[in-house]
Amino acid sequence: MRLAIRDLDVRFGDRQVVGIDELSLDPGEIVGLAGESGSGKSMTTLAVLGLTHTVGATVRGSITLDGTELTSLSQRDLREVRGRRIAAIFQSPSMSFNPVFRVGSVVHGALRLHGMTRGQAAEAASQAMRQVLLSPSLLDRYPLQLSGGQLQRVAIAIALALRAEVLLADEPTSALDVTVQAEVLELIRDLREREGMSVLFISHDLAVVAELCDRVAIMRNGRIVEQGPASTVLSAPKHSYTADLLAAVPRISSAGTT
Amino acid sequence: MIEAPTPLPTQASALPRGEALRRGLRANPLLVAGAVISVLVVLVAVFAPLLAPYPADAGSATHPFMVLRPPSAQHWFGTDNVGRDVLSRVIYGARVSPVVAVFVLLIACVIGIPLGAVAGYFGGWLDEALMRVTDIFLAFPPLLLALALAAVLPPSLTSLIIAISVTWWPWYTRLIRGQAASVAGRPYVEACRALGIPSHRILLRHVLPNSITPLIVQVSLDFGGVILTVSALSFLGLGAQDPTPDWGLMVAEGQNYFTTAWWVVTFPGLAILVTAFAFTLLGDGLRDLMDPKRIFLR
Repeated sequence: MRLAIRDLDVRFGDRQVVGIDELSLDPGEIVGLAGESGSGKSMTTLAVLGLTHTVGATVRGSITLDGTELTSLSQRDLREVRGRRIAAIFQSPSMSFNPVFRVGSVVHGALRLHGMTRGQAAEAASQAMRQVLLSPSLLDRYPLQLSGGQLQRVAIAIALALRAEVLLADEPTSALDVTVQAEVLELIRDLREREGMSVLFISHDLAVVAELCDRVAIMRNGRIVEQGPASTVLSAPKHSYTADLLAAVPRISSAGTT
Repeated sequence: MIEAPTPLPTQASALPRGEALRRGLRANPLLVAGAVISVLVVLVAVFAPLLAPYPADAGSATHPFMVLRPPSAQHWFGTDNVGRDVLSRVIYGARVSPVVAVFVLLIACVIGIPLGAVAGYFGGWLDEALMRVTDIFLAFPPLLLALALAAVLPPSLTSLIIAISVTWWPWYTRLIRGQAASVAGRPYVEACRALGIPSHRILLRHVLPNSITPLIVQVSLDFGGVILTVSALSFLGLGAQDPTPDWGLMVAEGQNYFTTAWWVVTFPGLAILVTAFAFTLLGDGLRDLMDPKRIFLR
């Protein structure tokens, strides 16, 4: 088990926003975390990254990465884990890059921060760009000159170059149009196969989850109401909420039965 | 499999830095005008002794038989109430209030930027504490506070700089604080945190550069305001003292003779106007130039 979440409890003051009994991620596994807006999906990613304090929430419980307890690490040690071992990509790629810097300087900065020399970083950046099927020359462009799909691939390239073990993908395709979305999903699947990366894929789009994920966890009001193999959960939901979610997505009725 | 990415149209390709700047300047002649006049003011200040026809008149010289002469071939801007050449004094004036303004704005930035950035980025009690301090300063009308401070300190240009700086920095702290707080909530800052970038680096490399533009504009717009404040305090005898050729002081002194000798007030007044206007154009143009989106627009 690579990433294990147990008895996770995230609160804003007295209000509990996440209460997960158990959620785990094996090496090379893609687990989908699905649910409506406000169900605590994104707070779960923040908790795994150790960043809940930035939004004023408190965390209790246990989050382990290969047996290392993350919740007891200092911010200094957590910074080594973030990016280096647990990478994250976000919903709006075009806003996840500082408009002031060239794309390459963001990539290089991240690689150098995690211990690469200037030369190694340049080499690794170009190589990772090729791996995500982008021309390394795009590194000289500004974020505004790249499309959302291209930027999302650059974000994935950073995770690749740092050889992250876990990728937290927080609605990575929600802001992209359907064809670009398919490319990014293909890329994530590819990464799992070639690099053995584990992916926690957060989405409200059950069609995407059904297509990509090995296992699915359905979240509502901060709790996981149902989890299991994607095919089982999405074709024969046990919980009424899962059934409601499925019913709410018109496309899933045909996709789910195939 | 994923298809190879199609290259972007060359139109949108990144321009070399110099070319982007040149295009920006060509598209904005007012910025160029502002910059040219600002540079001229600086040159006039630097080469005042060479440019002034009567350098001694910038000091305490008096010419009892040349009092209040209108503009002529010898005295282009006329003479003042003790017979000094107004042109020479206006030229030397470029060494007084603009220099005071530079120091005031520099001090206000040095204090205001770090405090505002820290307050906006970290928030919480630190933000509360710093903002309440600025509230105290902002509760007084700025001119009144500067007046009170200048009155306590011995009348000199240094006191003037201190007095105005003290009233000026809280504005910048608040401006930067608001910007930094909004930038701190943007996704790319979250992305930086998720990459494990330490806070101080996020603050310096990502938050500050994205927060500073309105401040740069504000500073250049404030340049004229500071010059006016300097003049007001000098007029009240709290800043520059008589022989000093301060533009504001000259306007104040010439006021008594305005009906009969318009040139004594007009030319220093014009100097203030032109200088303030030039820096305003400069600030406005800089704002356009520094908008990252602008670089790619044709």
